[in-house]
Amino acid sequence: MLRRLFQIDGASVAVVFVLLIIVFMITAPQAFLGYRVYMSFMATVPPPLIIALGVTLVAVAGEMDLSFPSVVAAASYVFGILFQEWDVTWLAFFCAVAVGCAMGLVNGLVITLLGIPSLIATLAMLFLWGGLVTVLSGGIQLAIPDIYGTTMHSLLVGRIGGVFPVQMIWALLMAGFIWMLLNRHRFGENLLFIGDNLEVARMVGIDATREKIKLFALSGALSGLAGVLLTLETTAYFASQGMGYLLTVIAAVFIGGTSIFGGSGKVIGTVFAAFIVTVIEAGLVASGIQGFWTRFFIGFVFILSVTANAVIEDPDKVPLVRMLRTKLRKG
Amino acid sequence: MGDQPIVRLENVGKAYGPVVSLQDITLEIGSNEIVGLIGDNGAGKSTLIKIVTGVETPTTGEVYIRGEHINFSNYSVQRAHELRIETVHQTSSLGTKQPLWRNFFVGRPITNALGFIKVREQKRISEQIMRETIGFRGAGIDVDTPVGRLSGGERQGVAIGRAMHFESDLIVLDEPTVALALSEVEKVLNFIRSIKENGRSCIYIEHNIHHVHEVCDRLIVLDRGRLVLDCEAKAMSYTELTDFLRNLHQGHEGETKVAS
Ligand SMILES: Nc1ncnc2c1ncn2[C@@H]1O[C@H](COP(=O)(O)OP(=O)(O)O)[C@@H](O)[C@H]1O
Ligand SMILES: [Mg+2]
Repeated sequence: MLRRLFQIDGASVAVVFVLLIIVFMITAPQAFLGYRVYMSFMATVPPPLIIALGVTLVAVAGEMDLSFPSVVAAASYVFGILFQEWDVTWLAFFCAVAVGCAMGLVNGLVITLLGIPSLIATLAMLFLWGGLVTVLSGGIQLAIPDIYGTTMHSLLVGRIGGVFPVQMIWALLMAGFIWMLLNRHRFGENLLFIGDNLEVARMVGIDATREKIKLFALSGALSGLAGVLLTLETTAYFASQGMGYLLTVIAAVFIGGTSIFGGSGKVIGTVFAAFIVTVIEAGLVASGIQGFWTRFFIGFVFILSVTANAVIEDPDKVPLVRMLRTKLRKG
Repeated sequence: MGDQPIVRLENVGKAYGPVVSLQDITLEIGSNEIVGLIGDNGAGKSTLIKIVTGVETPTTGEVYIRGEHINFSNYSVQRAHELRIETVHQTSSLGTKQPLWRNFFVGRPITNALGFIKVREQKRISEQIMRETIGFRGAGIDVDTPVGRLSGGERQGVAIGRAMHFESDLIVLDEPTVALALSEVEKVLNFIRSIKENGRSCIYIEHNIHHVHEVCDRLIVLDRGRLVLDCEAKAMSYTELTDFLRNLHQGHEGETKVAS
C-alpha cells in the first residue's frame, strides 16, 4: 500500500523536497524564510530542468545522453553570434534549437547505426561537439547585453511583476508536454517498451532504431532550448557554460525516480529533483558549509535516492537488500 | 478469398550467420485450416513463424500472403497485423513493467490523429478482454497491474487474449501451453477449436503430439531446418505419427554414431 503511494509520479520526491526546504529554513533562516531565494531558484532551475526532461525520456528507453553540455554550448553560441552579427532574435532562437536537434539526430544515428552503447557514444560526442564548437567559435566568449530589453527577452526570461521569472512557466509547460508525450502518446509507449525489453519491443512491431533516433533528436532540441534560455538569462556565452549541468541533470533524472534499468520514467519526479539538486547547493552554502562540500552531498544524495528508488521498484534488484533479507529469514 | 491459401512459402531459407535454421521450405497454409507444426527444439519452428509474422526476414526464398508477393523491405509486424495475422510468441512478448492495458494494444494503440493514446477506451476494452476472453477473476488483478506481477499462465492468457481480440484470419501460436496448468491447456485447445469454427486459420506449434493430432487438420514436421512431413492429420493415426517421429530420432542417433 505504502509502496503503491510512493510509485505515484513524483510523490516521494516531493516529500523529500519539502523536508529539505524545512531543514534549510532551520539551518539558514535568513535565506530560506525570504522569498528572494525561491525566485532565484526559479530563474536558474529551468535550463537544467528542460535538459533533464529530455534525459528522462532517454533513460526510459534504457539509454543515456551525456552530450548535452556541448549541445548547450553550441546552441548558446549559435544564438549569441546570430544576435550579435545579424541582430535577429526569433530566427536566432529557431536556429539554435534546430542546431541542438541536428546534433541530437547525429547522436542517434551514431548510436543506432554504429551500434555503440549510448553511454559511450554520447560521452565521445560530448568531446566531439565541444571541440567543434570551440574550433568554429575560435574560442571566444560573447557578451550580448543588448538582448536585454528585447520583446523576446521579456517573453522568455522576463520577470512577472518584477520578481517572478517567466522561464519557470515555460519550463513547467515543457514538463507538461513531456509528461503527455511519455504517458499518453504512442511515442512514449514505444520508449517504455524499448527500455523494458528490446526483444519484446521488436516482436510487437516497434521500430526501435527509428524511435531512438527521434528520441536523441528530441533530447538535443531540448538541450538547445535550454542553451538559449541560459544565454538569455546571463546575456553571455562561454564554451564551458553547459558543463556545470552534467552532474545536476543526471542526478535530477534518477533522484526523480526514473528507473536506472529503463522501462519506467517519472517526469514530475524529475521536476522536483531538479529543484532538490539546486536547493542542496544553495542551502549548504547558505548554512555556512564550504562550497566544496556541495558536490559531495549531491553525489551522496544521488546514490542514496537511486538505491531507494530501486528498492521501491524491486527490492531483489539491490544485492545488499537481497542478502539482508535472506539473512533475516535464516536468522 | 475462396481457395487461395493465406500464406505460401517457396523455397524459404534462413541463416543466422553460420547457423542455418531453415532450408528450402515450401508450404501453404489454407483458409480455415488448423496446421500443427511439429519438430524438436532447434528444428526451426519459431524461425519459420517469425518469417511469416514479419519479425524476421528470410535469407532466401519467397513468401506470398493471399497470393500477394511479399517485398521484405517493407514487410513488418505492423504489415502482418494489417494483413490480419496475429501471433502468440513462444518467449513472452509482454513488457513486464508495463500495465495490462498497454500490453494489450502495444504496437497499435488506439490514438487520436496526433498520436495520443485514448487511455480510457483502451482500459475499457482491456477490462472486457480480461473478463470475457481470458476469464480473469478478482485476485487483485486489474488493467493497471504490471504484467510482471502475473503468473506464467496468466501472462500466456494475456498474450492469447490479445491475439483473440484482434480478430484475424491467421493466428499463430508458438508453444502456447508450456507454462499452463491442465485446465488452462484445455482452454487453449477450445480456443483453437473456436478458430476453426469461426472460419479462420491457425498455425499451432506444440510438443504434445496428442493435442496436435487431436485439433489439427494438417501436420507439418520440421527436422533440423528441413520439411520432412506435410500431410492431412486424418491420413495418419496417432501411433503412426509417433512412430514416424521416433524413427526420425533414431535416424539421427545412427548418424552421430557413424560420425563418431
Ligand atoms: N536470433 C538467433 N541468432 C542465432 N541463431 C538463432 C537465432 N534464433 C534461432 N537461432 C537458431 O536457429 C535454430 C532454430 O531455432 P528455432 O526456430 O527457435 O527452433 P524451434 O522453435 O524449432 O525450437 C536453432 O539452432 C537456433 O539456435
Ligand atoms: Mg521455438
